[in-house]
Order: sequence, then structure tokens, then C-alpha cells
Amino acid sequence: MTIKGKACIAGAYEHPTRKAPDKTVAQLHAECARGALQDAGLTLADVDGYFCAGDAPGLGANSMADYLGLTRLRHIDNTDTGGSAYLIHVAHAAQAIAAGKCDVALITLAGRPRTEGASGVGVGQRLVTPSTPDVPWEMPYSPVTVNMYALAAARHMHEFGTTAEQLAWIKVAAAAHAQHNPHAMLRDAVTVQDVLNSPLIADPLHKLDCCVVSDGGGALVVVRPEIARQLKRPVVKVLGGAETIKGQLGGQVDLTWSGAAVTGPAAFAEAGVKPSDIQYASIYDSFTITVLMQLEDLGFCQKGEGGKFVADGNLISGVGKLPFNTDGGGLCNNHPANRGGITKVIEAVRQLRGEAHPKVQVPNCHLALAQGTGGLLGSRHGSATLIMERE
Amino acid sequence: MSTPYVDRPLSAPMVDASTDAFWAATREGRLTSRRCQHCGKLHWYPRPICPFCQGDTEWETLSGQGSIYSVSVTRRAGPQVYAIAYVTLDEGITVLSNIVDCDLDTVHIGQRVKVVFKPTDDGQMVPMFTPA
Repeated sequence: MTIKGKACIAGAYEHPTRKAPDKTVAQLHAECARGALQDAGLTLADVDGYFCAGDAPGLGANSMADYLGLTRLRHIDNTDTGGSAYLIHVAHAAQAIAAGKCDVALITLAGRPRTEGASGVGVGQRLVTPSTPDVPWEMPYSPVTVNMYALAAARHMHEFGTTAEQLAWIKVAAAAHAQHNPHAMLRDAVTVQDVLNSPLIADPLHKLDCCVVSDGGGALVVVRPEIARQLKRPVVKVLGGAETIKGQLGGQVDLTWSGAAVTGPAAFAEAGVKPSDIQYASIYDSFTITVLMQLEDLGFCQKGEGGKFVADGNLISGVGKLPFNTDGGGLCNNHPANRGGITKVIEAVRQLRGEAHPKVQVPNCHLALAQGTGGLLGSRHGSATLIMERE
Repeated sequence: MSTPYVDRPLSAPMVDASTDAFWAATREGRLTSRRCQHCGKLHWYPRPICPFCQGDTEWETLSGQGSIYSVSVTRRAGPQVYAIAYVTLDEGITVLSNIVDCDLDTVHIGQRVKVVFKPTDDGQMVPMFTPA
């Protein structure tokens, strides 16, 4: 069974807050849910599928479904691969809709890491439970989020000659876009030199190679195509989706590729399109290296050529060949709950609807991709690719 | 530029049914992992069931020699600067570790290293690597 054309993204909402000391995480979820359903023109009573991940308070979806007032649920899914989970949720929602298990699926994400002081120089509590099997072998060495991406960056530089300047171009492109987003946490344009002059956090990654830590959230509504066509919003169809987990391979560690090398080809095959067809791409940007490796693995360029591909503004809308993260991405706009997957889908939906900021809108955008990498690129991560089309 | 290595406090490693023998070996100055009795492959991190074929595995002492596969000097994640690394052992498995007892700014990919053991709060010994 394929999910091609079997479901549509009818509602999308990104919470405008970037710091929410006076709101609970549950309240942020509820505000995102309301925003996405209003965007779609649907109500709570229409929702019969609910998807959330580890940022949702409580046991799986139990607490949040009850809190939100979802009383008609017949399909639930708590798949958690870190920040990429929400792309998987869209694909799973499409599968459930295709199988007749639900008609209107709600996906929510929210969190307050900025208020609560959680950042990339720590490690998420969920990764460090006493029974997590990798913990005794790794915690003595102080792996933190940023150095587990830096290890991949260092190896990429060694193998392929990728430079810090090339990585910096990814941040430069994100910042060029963020200038036009009034909600973005960082709105100033930056130069390659600004990135290189920012402090080294974990070699070779500088401060400006790292995403922001922000409060906030987002929500999506995925529906049966017949329902989407009755609503007033543009119809955005799911064409293909794929997911995988890549780990340390029993000690045969290879940091030169990410899970996108598996999910990219699978999603393109399902959608029946190729990388050169994609007009806009949301690429998970926890760190600049995350973007570069995913672009290679998805096939936008050859393995090892990512540095050349991203240089000289090639990711800037209106300038380069592949406009990416036109909201400013995690590097500049928002990384709610330290999980950037849902905002990747939301900006792709804006582009396909023609509702991105006019300064960054891709003309006549009808085919877009969203890519997520959640967890730790250098050890264990969940990858997800989603391809969407405007009808 | 130079960044001298500085010891940092190491908390006691978790000792349970799957790690007990490993920590006993490090107290004797031995680095170990487990080899599958069915397919013959060594793996890391050590598991009772082989991740390649699901065969039963047994402990084996390793040479403690290897080379750096990747390294990141982590400058802003705590009071001390430290070098986290993947080290590919001569037996062919790649392990997460720290590089210690040297100028961290000279550490590089491909460099030969050997195991050393650093004490934790409670006297356990944690394997790390230093230039050979």
C-alpha cells in the first residue's frame, strides 16, 4: 500500500511565542491544537486521530488527549524519534487514513526549554534513564547534543575537505530568510565571518552553527482528501513518506551518512519524483552539519559535495537553486521543545499554499520536501522524509 | 594555541548484570568487549546477544590500541574543556571515549592512541585513550 495522495495537510499552525514563562506545556499544546484546527476550518469534534511524542506531558497521549478534550479518538500514535517524530506522524496519519482508521488526525508539539534552561550542551533526560542500554558505555565520556553532531562534522571535514566556511553558508542562508519573519528569535543577517568569529562550542562547530533554544510549539491537521477538498484552504497532498533509525551498527560506526540516505530514496520512490523536481526544502537544522549531510543523503548533490552545494547562497530563496528553511529554520526562527520537525512541515505547507513571506516565497511552489533528523546524528538518530504537493 | 588536558570529576558508572564483568576487568587494567560464539564477530558496546546474528556472546580482552576516527574538543559544555572521540580499535570496533593526558589542540583524526584508565568517584576505572 502507498500513501501517495491518500491524505492532505489541511491545517498548520506555529505558535508565535519564543518564550513562555507564564504558560504550561499543556496549554501551549492546546493553543497549537486550536490554531491548527481553526486554520483548517475544523473543530475538536472532527478529530478522531491524535499524534504526539515525548514533549507531550503524561503517559503517551493519555493525558494530552484528555486535556485537549479529544473524546472521539479511534486512532492514536506516540511514535518518538526526537525532533523528526512529527514528520513520521504525518506519514503515519496518512497510513491510518488510507487504512480507514481515522479521518481527521491532529498532531501537536510544544515545550519550554528556553524557560526551563535546557540546551544543546546538556542531554535530554529521556536519553539517560538507568535502563537505557547505551548509557553505561557512553555517559562517562560526557556526550552532549552539540558534540555528538560535531563528531560527524569533524569526520565530514576529514573525509571530504568540507570547511567551516561552507558550513557557515547554511547559517547565512537561514539568517537571510529570518529577517523577514517577525516571530523569528534571531532576525539579524549574518555573514560567513560572523559565524567563524563566534565562539567554538564543540570543535568544529561554532555558536552560530547551532540552532536556537526556544519555547513554543506547533500543530498539524491531516485529513482524508475528500474532506480537504470541502475545506476553504489550498489542498496540500502527501505524496511520499519514509522513516528509519540509524545507530552505531554494532561498533561499525560510519559518520559519513545519516538515515536520510535510507529515507530519501524511499520517499522519492513513493512520490514518483526526484530531487531536482523539488522547489522548496525544509531541512532539519539542529546544527549546520545536519543540513549538509541530509542534503547529500537525499540526493540534492553527491556525497561529499555538500560543502560546495551550500556555498555562495545556494540555499537562499531567490538567489540559489534550492530555497530552504524560509522561516529562518531552527538556526534562527524557532526550535520549540528542542524538536524542530513540526516547524519543518509547517513552513513547507506555507510555501505550497503560497503563504510564505513574499520576500522568500518560491514562485508557483507546488512540490516541497521536509526532512527531519532527531536524536543524535553521531550516535543514534531517527530520520524521516516527507514529500508534499499542492493540488 | 594549546589546551592542556585537565581531569574532570567522573561519576560512578552504572554497574548491573550487563556491565559488572566489564568494570571488574578495567580494575585489572583490561579493556574488554564481547565476541559472538556463533558468527565470530566482535561488537561494541557489549551485549549478551549478538547484534549481528542473535548468537550468544562472551567477554574477550582487547589490545587497547587504536586510532582516532573522529574527535571534538568540547569547549563550552562544562567547567573543563574535554575531547570526546570515536576510537577505532585494532580489533575493528569503534568506541566512544575521551582523549586525555595531552595537549587537546594537537589531537587529530588518524592519530594512534592507547587505552588508559581514569578513576571515578567510587574507585571504578573508566577506559580512555591517550596518544600512543
